[in-house]
Amino acid sequence: MNRDRINRLLNQVPVHVIVLLTILIWIVPTLGLLVTSLRPPEAVRTSGWWTVINTQNAGGPYAQHCAACHGADGRAIPQADLTNPELIAKYPRSLQLLALLRKEINGQPHMGDNPLPSPQEAAEIATFLRQGEQTGSQFTFDNYIDALVGYRGQSTYRADCAAGTQPPDIKCNLSDILNPRGMGRAFINSLLVTLPATFIPILFAAFAGYAFAWLDFKGRFLLFALLVGLQVVPLQMTLVPISRFYAQVGLNGTFLGVWLFHTGFGMPYAIYLMRNFLGTLPRDLFESAYLDGASHWTAFRQLVIPLAMPAIASLGIFQFLWVWNDLLVALVFLGGTTPVMTYQISNMVTSLGSGWQVLTAAAFLSMLLPMIVFFSLQRYFVRGMLAGAVKG
Amino acid sequence: MATPQDISKPATTPEVAVRRKPSKMPSATPQIMKQGPLTPWLYLLPALLVMSFFIVYPMINTVALSFGNRDGTASAATTCQEDRPCWGVFENYRYALTAEFNTSSPQAFWNSFWSSSYGNTIKWIFVMVFGTVSVGLAFAVLADRVKYESLAKAIIFMPMAISFVGAGVIWKFVYDYGTQQNQIGLLNAIITAFGGEPVAWLSTTPINTFMIIVVGIWIWSGFCMTILAAALKSVPDEILEAARVDGATEWTVFWRIMVPIILPTITVVVTTMVINVLKLFDLVYVMTGGNFQTDVIANRMYTEMYKNFNVGRGTAVAVILVLAIIPFIYFNIKRFMEQEATR
Repeated sequence: MNRDRINRLLNQVPVHVIVLLTILIWIVPTLGLLVTSLRPPEAVRTSGWWTVINTQNAGGPYAQHCAACHGADGRAIPQADLTNPELIAKYPRSLQLLALLRKEINGQPHMGDNPLPSPQEAAEIATFLRQGEQTGSQFTFDNYIDALVGYRGQSTYRADCAAGTQPPDIKCNLSDILNPRGMGRAFINSLLVTLPATFIPILFAAFAGYAFAWLDFKGRFLLFALLVGLQVVPLQMTLVPISRFYAQVGLNGTFLGVWLFHTGFGMPYAIYLMRNFLGTLPRDLFESAYLDGASHWTAFRQLVIPLAMPAIASLGIFQFLWVWNDLLVALVFLGGTTPVMTYQISNMVTSLGSGWQVLTAAAFLSMLLPMIVFFSLQRYFVRGMLAGAVKG
Repeated sequence: MATPQDISKPATTPEVAVRRKPSKMPSATPQIMKQGPLTPWLYLLPALLVMSFFIVYPMINTVALSFGNRDGTASAATTCQEDRPCWGVFENYRYALTAEFNTSSPQAFWNSFWSSSYGNTIKWIFVMVFGTVSVGLAFAVLADRVKYESLAKAIIFMPMAISFVGAGVIWKFVYDYGTQQNQIGLLNAIITAFGGEPVAWLSTTPINTFMIIVVGIWIWSGFCMTILAAALKSVPDEILEAARVDGATEWTVFWRIMVPIILPTITVVVTTMVINVLKLFDLVYVMTGGNFQTDVIANRMYTEMYKNFNVGRGTAVAVILVLAIIPFIYFNIKRFMEQEATR
């Protein structure tokens, strides 16, 4: 290694540090969401999600303060078996646990010469002991089940159903997946909203894009310039008249109303993208097709649609993510009658009826499909964006 | 930014900033093709129908409704109260523009302005646009020099796929304000670990607005990065190499060569971001609901319309929002005309 190479490597270090640090900042919040959604409710309430790393290795504060006498598995002192649920249930929180630790046992301080654990540590010990009693594991899928069926009780869906103490809206059979308060139903609703609201605009935009790119008519340029302007009109500007109209004709709360609204609103950007793409197709192609006697309709069906697949893919991903992630339109036109996932989550956040563990599981469920679409079709997404993403 | 060629080329080399002379865009149907006078309009019909009904007509109607009362049945002038200032048919605008302000003294006005939805929207525009563009640009430049470039970019870009609602939940959890002993929110846990006092990030003014803006930056930086990275790839290597050979530092190369070349793209990204910020509603709605002086114009429109059920005031706020966006509509059309002219 000569000095030059070492210097170059050293110069690279700050770049790597900054890039990796940024990646870390970008990933950690989402990671916290994922980890939390997999933890038992008690653990989520009493300790941060990052503590899963400690407890896995050493049992955290338990190993530090208790394991010496009680043993790593808690069974070392038979009179105080820490795996006994009845014993543990007497000390649900740090306060009770600390009170016990301050008392003397057989005339000796409980902790001997060692210092008492801090309140934070005591809370973690209490959680640790309870987890051992509850599931034996620090990870669980219960939160996802609770989120899917819309369970809002104090325990978990599975525990409640086993004990027969479930809330009135839970039936403890397969029909729970369609509970209107659950994310399972919301997932289906989101799909029912999103698929047509993605397909219809693409179809209409392909028609219009073909006309703008390959047909001659008066006002073509002006109309298209108007379209470019319409791309940035805010949603808020059009909501009120449409929701008043929908209320009159009974389209409020229907899928049809939302499909039509998303179609209308997604149109300017979709046409813009389509026309720009179709305009780049080679002219000879069309000329030879027309020479062979093809009509515009044949050319459109057999030439344009297959060739426009990259643009259709870009547009499809854009529109899909836009509709799937939309809250405002769903809030105004669907509301609680046919809740979609974003609505359901925003409801859980603002009313805070359920704990973090269910909320995080619900949020992760709603992110699942967009993530899959995004990571498998990222290339098309980026292209669509580069081709003019002024829509937000 | 949007030349039609971008989409047809491999994603690695889209040329965004540097205008090339593309092959002549076909301006009309080839002459040999017969075309009835109605044919184009048949193709346009579905699109034009939905657009006029869902965008054009509602815009006009919104303007009309903004001069009406709370259910659109009478003029806004009828809602005026005696002994109170009144702007006649512009009464809703008087409410929308002045209700949040305390005009008892210049100092009170200044304070109330910066805690109003207008002041907050201005904070959003400046901090978020500056944040997203600088993070995006910096990351585009730096990620270009590491081997794991595509992975790094995918991670920064990922929040674009998540809904604002999902992002709101993610960050609300990071900002969680627990009890004195027990912090389950990451940010407060870090602060208490270093011996600090936990902060109620989302209900303490004025930092709460900035905490929500951070979430916005987290979401949108990937967008800016992707577009700016594509522009940077189009900067000719020879120029950069020549400058380096002449002894220019990386810092100089960045500020004196890269930035000026991609300046048109930066302008486009900035205007796009300003529009996005003006429309942004979901984040504020989910994270604070506009409480604790975090309201923005877009959320205020929702509050007036769907919580207070006041059609006149809600639409007036919407019109103010669109007035703020009109310069950008003009800018967009102008840019489009220029692009067409270079074809």
